Amino acid sequence: MKVLVAIKRVVDYNVKVRVKADNSGVDLANVKMSMNPFCEIAVEEAVRLKELSIKEGRVATEIVVVSVGPSTAQEQLRTALALGADRAILVESAEDLTSLAVAKLLKAVVDKEQPQLVILGKQAIDSDNNQTGQMLAALSGYGQGTFASKVEVSGDTVAVTREIDGGAQTVSLKLPAIVTTDLRLNEPRYASLPNIMKAKKKPLEVLTTDALGVSTASTNKTVKVEAPAARSAGIKVKSVAELVEKLKNEAKVL
Amino acid sequence: MTILVIAEHDNTVVAPATLNTVAAAAEIGGDIHVLVAGQGAGAVAEAAAKIAGVAKVLVADNAAYAHQLPENVAPLVAALAHEGGGTGYSHILAAATSNGKNILPRVAAQLDVDQISEIISVESADTFKRPIYAGNAIATVQSNAAVKVITVRATGFDPVAAEGGSAAVEAVVAAHDAGTSSFVGEELAKSDRPELTAAKIVVSGGRGMQNGDNFKHLYALADKLGAAVGASRAAVDAGFVPNDMQVGQTGKIVAPQLYIAVGISGAIQHLAGMKDSKVIVAINKDEEAPIFQVADYGLVADLFEAVPQLQQLI
Repeated sequence: MKVLVAIKRVVDYNVKVRVKADNSGVDLANVKMSMNPFCEIAVEEAVRLKELSIKEGRVATEIVVVSVGPSTAQEQLRTALALGADRAILVESAEDLTSLAVAKLLKAVVDKEQPQLVILGKQAIDSDNNQTGQMLAALSGYGQGTFASKVEVSGDTVAVTREIDGGAQTVSLKLPAIVTTDLRLNEPRYASLPNIMKAKKKPLEVLTTDALGVSTASTNKTVKVEAPAARSAGIKVKSVAELVEKLKNEAKVL
Repeated sequence: MTILVIAEHDNTVVAPATLNTVAAAAEIGGDIHVLVAGQGAGAVAEAAAKIAGVAKVLVADNAAYAHQLPENVAPLVAALAHEGGGTGYSHILAAATSNGKNILPRVAAQLDVDQISEIISVESADTFKRPIYAGNAIATVQSNAAVKVITVRATGFDPVAAEGGSAAVEAVVAAHDAGTSSFVGEELAKSDRPELTAAKIVVSGGRGMQNGDNFKHLYALADKLGAAVGASRAAVDAGFVPNDMQVGQTGKIVAPQLYIAVGISGAIQHLAGMKDSKVIVAINKDEEAPIFQVADYGLVADLFEAVPQLQQLI
């Protein structure tokens, strides 16, 4: 089986971003960048599928990791290679692309690679769109298992248990299919030093959006980016009794 | 302009988030149609027809839509996009629920337009505000798409009245069955407590709860308050409670009258899900915890003493 994993380079989840003074966006200069947390879960899931295939004596699952982004996204691709991906593709673009544009580029990669399964994070923590996997599924005509908490491949189908508002839902999808990861799917491992060294020798192909013949034009325009209204800190109360008194008489919410 | 709102429902009742979504549609302006895609969803259609401000309800009742699988519902919505209201719909809206987030991007891609996710305000018919970077920035986004595809964050819009309308109900004869997916089963949490995103009071626990069993203290407090119980990502990550209780950037977004954060440090990603609450209370033994920076009332205390005490005093 071949699994394609799409990852995104984003601001590290511990960084509190600041809006630029000219309201054109957020300031990412000298800010720590990392692999999007949900993408780490996607890589881990692919690695587990590969380990399972080896354990069961089947042909080892091949993992191709792809990222659409600036040349610096090679760092995150190398991380994925150190975690167990076999080879990497960077679709290089310095532009700030929309989810639809990314989905179109990924569709071109899917056409080229013909994976049985594509795993993506459900949402990137920068744009917070939660769109790309669903859009890729639409463009490919594949079934989608979004917000996955469990993925089980058997034969030519995959059963995906999904996190939904009231609990969990399980769907069965025909392969090839698209899966997007949620938090509880797995706990990503850390790359070991020997694997980080080995990853430097694994193949990493760089493609351009033009080479894939995809238009990245957008129907959306970001007019401005502002800081949210600040919430000022309130007061510290000394006791539970004082808290209850304030909630009843001052805030009037009890 | 005619706007199509996709009803959030379970074939039996209309979910409250639909009312917030209709409110967003009303702010955009124009006729509002509501689509009920399901199976045996007659009661939902009747209820949708009573929602204030709705002009027409479209019912696509078919086995293919029984579980609202996106592979089947998205082609239905995309087909309606071109036909609806005579000249086609100007906007397609859905609540930013797990269902809306699952279906709508698929619709947008089929229509070849960018989606605008989780709007919190309507600036004009083509311009909207939405949070990015876990709510640490608010983007104003303008769309020139012929059909604007949008998910609506319920906490950004006060719900319209569930009663008072008398819309016409019209059947849609369509059956898109892509054949790529099938429903296997569902496990829904049974609870007598209010739904997290609709509750007036929410009590949430974090890593400080130490284990899942200790959440019983929060359930007891919540039951006395008529509150819903939530959790931080850290508590879900640690396996204390299921993911459907998660409040935060990647979980549920809540804005109750009163939010009580217990043993929650206040990571960026948690604040993104609750900082629009009217009154925030934080109980934490670490007085340096960032949650105190957004709390109206902070109590530095051991939660295992403070929570039972709070339960007694209210």
